[in-house]
Parts: sequence; structure tokens; C-alpha cells
Amino acid sequence: MIDWLDGVLRGFINPYYYGILVTIGINIILALSLNLVTGFTGQLHLGHAAFMAIGAYTAGLLSTKAGFGFAGAVIVAGLVAAVAGVIVGLPTLRLRGDYLAIATLGFGEIVRITLLNLDITGGPFGLRGIPRQTNLPIVILAVLFSFLVLRSLVNSRMGRALIAIREDEVAAQTMGIDTTRLKVTSFTVAAFFAGIAGALFAYWFRYLNPSSFGFMVSIELLAMVVFGGLGNLLGSVLGAGVMTYLPEFLRTVAPAIAERRLVFYGALLVIVMILRPNGLLGTSSEQGWLEIWLARRRSQGAAGRVGSGPGAGSEAPPATGGAGHGPA
Amino acid sequence: MALLEVRGLTMEFGGLRAVDDVTFDVHEGEILSVIGPNGAGKTTVFNVLTGIYHPTRGDIVFRGQRLNALKPHQITALGIARTFQNIRLFREMSVWENVVVGAHTRLKSGFFSSVFKGPATRREERAARERAYRHLEFVGLKGLETTKARQLPYGAQRRLEIARALAAEPRLLLLDEPAAGMNAGETEELMGLIRRLKEQSITIILIEHDMRMVMDISERIVVLDHGRKIAEGTPAEVRRHEAVIAAYLGASARAGG
Repeated sequence: MIDWLDGVLRGFINPYYYGILVTIGINIILALSLNLVTGFTGQLHLGHAAFMAIGAYTAGLLSTKAGFGFAGAVIVAGLVAAVAGVIVGLPTLRLRGDYLAIATLGFGEIVRITLLNLDITGGPFGLRGIPRQTNLPIVILAVLFSFLVLRSLVNSRMGRALIAIREDEVAAQTMGIDTTRLKVTSFTVAAFFAGIAGALFAYWFRYLNPSSFGFMVSIELLAMVVFGGLGNLLGSVLGAGVMTYLPEFLRTVAPAIAERRLVFYGALLVIVMILRPNGLLGTSSEQGWLEIWLARRRSQGAAGRVGSGPGAGSEAPPATGGAGHGPA
Repeated sequence: MALLEVRGLTMEFGGLRAVDDVTFDVHEGEILSVIGPNGAGKTTVFNVLTGIYHPTRGDIVFRGQRLNALKPHQITALGIARTFQNIRLFREMSVWENVVVGAHTRLKSGFFSSVFKGPATRREERAARERAYRHLEFVGLKGLETTKARQLPYGAQRRLEIARALAAEPRLLLLDEPAAGMNAGETEELMGLIRRLKEQSITIILIEHDMRMVMDISERIVVLDHGRKIAEGTPAEVRRHEAVIAAYLGASARAGG
């Protein structure tokens, strides 16, 4: 069934775009899961690539050294990453804000350097010989599965508790929420999906190297989440799609920019933060500098002459306190 | 037996003793007010009672169970809920969701039933939402259920805090300056609301600066000053108490400059 579907898809998607779509799918899973921790639970997590690495290497090793099949290796990869999530989450999630960010950043580096120095992982030479068993239909299924599970989760008793922790941790505790436990759960679920994504990555690229899972990858994933909108799952799909495809697109159109991808990411994020501080699909009270400036100009214009802000379009700031400029 | 017994409660932060050897009882079904000048340690007492701080010395016993080492969520589950002096709502959540979060300990669905919502989970969710709507109606926020909490006017935010605390189904409700920032009319409404809570056999500890309200509504009053209990009694007794008058009219009269 999946093979047949894959045949059909390959029939009308050229290999170049097929590959991009697979990568987009993997990044969507990573961004969705990071959004659970950072967007919904409000915990800044700068080491998500490490969970992806744990999943990828677990699947790679199970496949090349232990004779595991694809499905088994992918599931075990997710579970191993989830266990790592519990182990890392228990001590670090007691930290707040900047401290948590530094701790997760450190965790990411520990994983990368460990992979670089172990013999079994091939160290800096990487891990080879993984069969290519990831294909687009499987990735699409995995994306759908992740999306539906996470959407169901955030719209539940547990999801509300996570959002409550983000909004006010002390009040959440006082309302009877075991905040440490729920933060660890959120972290663990995110690690599980990152592990799955890593395994799909391993079975797609067939070669693993620690440098594929460095700090910059974690930052790129965070950029996707922020770009799409913290606390918005569709936003993460959009963010991962745009930020994976754009560099590829620019590579053909403007190679000079594509080479400076990270500069471009930075600039893009700055622009998004100015225009929509909560991301493209974010909904929150915060107004962007531009919106505040436009609102001020407009109110001055209304008092004096009839002025219209340039390109204000549908982004009309509401009269009081920025009552929601999110999608209707 | 008292519903809540506080014995020799002391809370120190480094060298600062915010609450100093405070003892009092709260009886089932009463409204007890805790008053005192700013910095007297009233909110600290609430923070210790709800497990945000663990007491340095002393004991807190609620319905026969010692609370000293419990975490906030465990204390909530036992039946103590509170509101905050500086409003702490979940601002980006809707009004009804705020209330349902308050009911967290009264709902069961765990991780897997949260993800794979079976009929039992769905029934629980529906019932929780209906209960939340009833609590909102009770505090007078009917019709605002789907508004975001941050969009509510100030007085309504205070009432939402009460609804959220009610959703935890408390035996004991701690209200931290619920009338702060309210005008006379709003305060009047709030007093009506507190009386209706009492009718539902919820015991209430009230921190309040509005003396008219305190004297009107409380059955007993505990007075704190500089972390110590300086008086306790009915409103009439407390009003005549010399230490209370000294504390409110100025420390210089008592301490001799």
C-alpha cells in the first residue's frame, strides 16, 4: 500500500522536490514537538537537535548493528529519545528561563560530543550503511500522526495545564497542577517525536554524522517555531515548510544568499519579530513595533489630517489594548 | 475540632522573619479576616498555607493532616484554594478555560486519555465545562465565558479568580485582598458573593484592607503586625484593642520613636 502510494508520488514529483518534501516533513515533526515544550509549556529549550540525534543514532545502530527492521527501529528510537527526555528533564526543568535555556544547550552539546567520541557511532567519520527505507508516504503519515496526537494533547486537561504553566507557573501550582511532573511529561513527549523524526532522518540520508545535530540545528528548529507562531501547531507546519524550502529555493535563485543561510534566518526572524512578534499564526496580546507605530500614526492622523498608514491592510490595530489580531 | 490549626508558625527569609510565631484556628463555616498594616506578613501566611513556601517552624494542620511539607498541588487537592492579591490569571486562556484549570485536581484524564479521547474523557470534559459555566454564573460572569481572561475589566478579573478557585471545590478558600481597586458598588457586590460562598458551607479566610468590609463581614479577625499576631477576636473586640489601634495609628506611639 505504502509502496504503491510511493510509486504514484514519485511518478509526478521529481526526485529533487521529493527529497525536499521528505526533509520538510521531518522538520515539521521536530518543530511541532519543540512547540509543545517552548510554545505551549513556555520552556525555552535549546537542545532539541540532541533528541533527534539520539533517535537517529539509535535507529542507525539498531539497523546496522542489531539487524532491526525499519518499523521496530523507528519506534525504539522514539522510546529511547523519550527516556533521554525524562532523564534530562527531571533535573533541568526545575530551572527557569535563562537557566533552563543554558542547561538544555549544554545537554545538546554533551550529546553531540559524546557521539563524536564514541567508537560504536563511528565518531567523526559517522555511521554508514543504513538502508534507505524512509519515503514520502511514511513521512506524511508520521507528520499526520504527530500533528493529531499533539493537537489532541493540547486540547485536553493536560494541554490546558501546560498552557497554564506557561501563563503563570505559581498560579498553575496553586490550582493543583504538579508543574514539575507536567513539564517533564511535555519534554518527554517532545523528545519521543524528535526521536522518531531522527530515525526517519537516518533512514533517509543513510549516513549520520554528529555535525548534523549541532547547536545551530536546535536554533533553526526554534526559529521555525517562533516564525510560525509559539503555541500554534499549524504555525509550526508553516514555519518548518517555509524555512526548509526557502534556502533551497534561494540556492537556485540567489546562491549568494543561500550560502549565508543563517544570516538570512536571522534577518527573517528580526523582520517577523517586528511585524508579528507572536509569529505568523500566533495569537497574543503583544503588538509588533510596526503595529504600535502605525496605530500611533493613525490616531494622530485621525486627530489632525486624514492619514493612512502605508500597507496597513487588514492589520488594523483594534482600539483597546490590542484585542487580538490573530487569524479570524 | 478546628478546620485549620496554625501553631507557632514562623517563616524566615534569610535574616528576615516575615511571620513570627503566629497561632490561630479557623473553624468550619466561618469567615475569618486577617488584617494588619502593609508588610505585616499577611500574604506570606497565605503563601505558607498554600505550600508556596515551607514554614521555618511551626505546624499547619488541615482536617487533621499536617501540611508543612506538602507541595501546592497536593494542598489544593486536599481542599484549600486561593486567589491572589496581584491578579494571576492565565491571561491568554479563555475565561471558561481558566475555571476548568482550577478544576484540575477534580478531573481524572491522564496522558493517554488526553490524547485518545474516549467517551469517558469526553463526558468528563463536557461536565467540567458545564460546571465551569455554572461557577462563572455564580460570580456574575455569565456571557463572558469565551472571552480571553486578559480582555476582562479589572473587577471581572477579580471575580474570575474567585470562580477559578471555586472550581477546585475547596473546603477552605483564601481570598487575598479581593476588594483591592474596587469601588464602593463593586465591593458591595463582592460582599454579597462572599456571603453566598459561606452559605455553600465554604470556610473563608480573608485578607482585606477595606475596614468597612472587614468589620461588616467577618465573624472573627486576626491582626498581624511585623509578622506577629497582636490581637484576635470579634470585630467589636478588635476595634477596641489597644495594640491594634497603635499599629494602625502609628508605631511611634507604642515603640517610643
